[in-house]
Amino acid sequence: MVRFTLDDQEIVVPEGITVLEAARRSGIFIPTLCDDSRLEPFGGCRLCVVQVQGIPRLVTACTTPVAEGMRVQSTNEEIERRRRTIVELILSDHPNDCMVCEKAGDCNLQELAYFYDLRTNRFYGQRSQRLVKDQNPFIERDMEKCILCGKCVRACYDIQGVGAIDFTSRGFTAKIAPPFEKDLDCEFCGQCVSVCPTGALMSKQSLGKGRQKDVQEVDTICPYCGCGCNLTLHVSRNEVVRVTSRPDTINEGWLCVKGRFGYSFINSPDRLKTPLIKKDGKFAEATWEETFDYVATRLGAIKSKHGPDAIGGLSSARCSNEENYLFQKFMRAAIGTNNVDHCARL
Amino acid sequence: MTNSLREIEDNEVLFITGSNTKEAHPVIANMMLKARRKGAKIIIADPRRVPLVRFAELWLQQRPGTDIALLNTMAHVILKEGLINEQFINEQTTGFNDWRASLDAFTPEAGEKLTGVPKGDLVRAARIYGCSRRAAIYYTMGITQHAQGTANVNAVANLALLTGNIGRPFTGINPLRGQNNVQGACDAGCLPNVYPGYQRVDIPLVQQTFERAWAMPLSVRPGLAATEITGKALEGAVKALYVMGENPVLGDPNTEHTRKGFQKLDFLVVQDIFLTETGMLADVVLPATCFAEKDGTFINTDRRVQRVRKAVEPPGEAREDWRVIAELSKRLGYEMRYESPEEIFEELGRLWPALEGITYGRLERGGIQWPCPTRSHPGTEFLYKGGFPRGKVSFTAVSMAPPVERADREYPLVLTTGRNLFQYHFGSMTRRAAPIESHAGKPYAEIHPEDAEHMRISQDETVRVTSRRGSIRLTARITERVRRGEIFIPMHYAEAAVNVLTNNEALDAFSKTPEFKITAVKVERLAQEG
Repeated sequence: MVRFTLDDQEIVVPEGITVLEAARRSGIFIPTLCDDSRLEPFGGCRLCVVQVQGIPRLVTACTTPVAEGMRVQSTNEEIERRRRTIVELILSDHPNDCMVCEKAGDCNLQELAYFYDLRTNRFYGQRSQRLVKDQNPFIERDMEKCILCGKCVRACYDIQGVGAIDFTSRGFTAKIAPPFEKDLDCEFCGQCVSVCPTGALMSKQSLGKGRQKDVQEVDTICPYCGCGCNLTLHVSRNEVVRVTSRPDTINEGWLCVKGRFGYSFINSPDRLKTPLIKKDGKFAEATWEETFDYVATRLGAIKSKHGPDAIGGLSSARCSNEENYLFQKFMRAAIGTNNVDHCARL
Repeated sequence: MTNSLREIEDNEVLFITGSNTKEAHPVIANMMLKARRKGAKIIIADPRRVPLVRFAELWLQQRPGTDIALLNTMAHVILKEGLINEQFINEQTTGFNDWRASLDAFTPEAGEKLTGVPKGDLVRAARIYGCSRRAAIYYTMGITQHAQGTANVNAVANLALLTGNIGRPFTGINPLRGQNNVQGACDAGCLPNVYPGYQRVDIPLVQQTFERAWAMPLSVRPGLAATEITGKALEGAVKALYVMGENPVLGDPNTEHTRKGFQKLDFLVVQDIFLTETGMLADVVLPATCFAEKDGTFINTDRRVQRVRKAVEPPGEAREDWRVIAELSKRLGYEMRYESPEEIFEELGRLWPALEGITYGRLERGGIQWPCPTRSHPGTEFLYKGGFPRGKVSFTAVSMAPPVERADREYPLVLTTGRNLFQYHFGSMTRRAAPIESHAGKPYAEIHPEDAEHMRISQDETVRVTSRRGSIRLTARITERVRRGEIFIPMHYAEAAVNVLTNNEALDAFSKTPEFKITAVKVERLAQEG
């Protein structure tokens, strides 16, 4: 353990953690746009600069490990002046179209502009041109809104092991792009979308379906593979419009293409909406009442004529424990057979 | 899994066999990559160049159906080089000496001959796994979907016992479960031979417990496995079938056989969210709710019980499955009274001590891993701490047997089936997710470049793949992901349903799992028809 002082407060933290992480754990806010505790420190946005006693210049809290006896000042006039200037510089090369931006209300940059009360900008001038649209079906890449924090690059390379995108060009023309600035052709896990602090990377199918303040969030579990990833469904007008995942869960907020983008089946027009009974080879809609009666009568007749073992039941690895438990209880107690199985073997 | 997903990042060695983790369990693959970033070594045994191979220290590109030879050879080397965990073997296992003798023939030279993997690589893999006491094994259907599936699993278990890589953190035998709640469906007793919690139906004491709990006399005869039901329907022994949330017409081996069996039934009820290929054959179709429309719990691959929460209202008159079952039961004269899924979960907990300590209230703070016998129990991260529940466990001698089908003159290629990254199972969900379908909506067969050249097949050409059961048409994707002499077809596409080709008679004797990983096929150009 290491003991150090942060804003006149004595703090004990495990060895090796950064000043930024230590501040987070002690509830002290230091702004940042390029840091994510699940990714390697980057030191790119310079917003997290702090004053360390004995070091003449300001240092970035995200890349500075805590040392024994260190004295750190997380904020003062000079620090805030610098931070404000950084945000101002970022905004000088940004569309600033928050009124129509998908990310409004959920955007780190917007919050910082509000925090620093940036109504005017000393640096307005030429803006970098990054207008090319990506035709892939999953991810909207609006590079006009990119602030080059590099979180997407790190998530793609380190977390996903893909490396579909990287920094390219220099200075004012610097941008993040797939090789040769072609369209994205990757695993489409959307980790990049999930870490993007602005509206530069968004899910295409969520566009126009409701901004963050209008959705209700419901935590649940992914319906695909057995990993059990935690999902947060964003619901607007009885429709799931976006899927995200919280970072403090077993999957650390990472998802795959199916979990993150494979949800629109919920609202498919093909969904079954009423019971169907086949008559003369054709399905006809029926009420639950007549369907229950029909099924019970037919199953009852087969049971009394051929015995319970003439009836089988196949349950589902997609259904819940409660449904599966009830299904096998139904087969065993109501029908009277152990002919119950599901697709674990397949 | 004996161990936990959270432990993966601290594995020292990951031996991944018969699992295309990066595509079938992508987020688990991320955990494996995290382990690698922290210095772990990855060994992969797979006939295909699965995407994770790029991150592997060693890739053993074995011939399909040679898992036992590969695993036994590794055990042979570990023994010969003295990398075994003697203390563990003495304290926790039996049958070591008999088993040991069964490995004599599996020298690296013999292993190379049988598996096609260079003997040096087999030896290296054995050393990497055998030298570590924080080595974990991960496997999926590449191990189990064989006529030798049970024997394959035994061979996997032998390796863990030999090195004592079980019963501690960061090790274990870790089958990755393929579906959101396949663990829970098994745990809840949707298996023909056991009640909830793997309590056997043919043990009278167990039967009496459940008869008391359910106030109904129960049958002691184990039932039919899913893969046996179709055959029994064809024989006329099974007359009616109630299918909830499955699509066996596409899922079971030999589609023609399944379809005939289902058509012979007097009565078929299908409860699902879409009208599936199985639903089309039904007499009655019941509209069900999907995961986003209901409350309940799923159990994931590391035995973690997690809460599923209702987010939206179901369409039309679709109803939660539990309500449908309870109502049907009532009409058949067996009353089921529940107010909520929570009540059902509590009943399950009373019948299986491993879940007894878990409540919906506790799950609000996050998932809990079974066994969790009491309200104050934190759940169990890894199994077999301090020993196996039944005392010592036995090594099991396993010998090689050939697969049921082998490539021959008429059917010269070996077909394996599986998943790709984008689609899921038989596609009733993902194929209705527009971006996924537009990106990965066409069926294809992966064919090795040399085979393609030999058959004069070009990239993206439509080909016909035929087995002894039937044939399908799809696009050729020429790639070195497959071995020469083998093709791979993903299972997702109804218009080129791969189970038209697979063999319903090649089942593992114990588990009744079909041999989806080995089917003899031929590939033809359609142009040749003229």
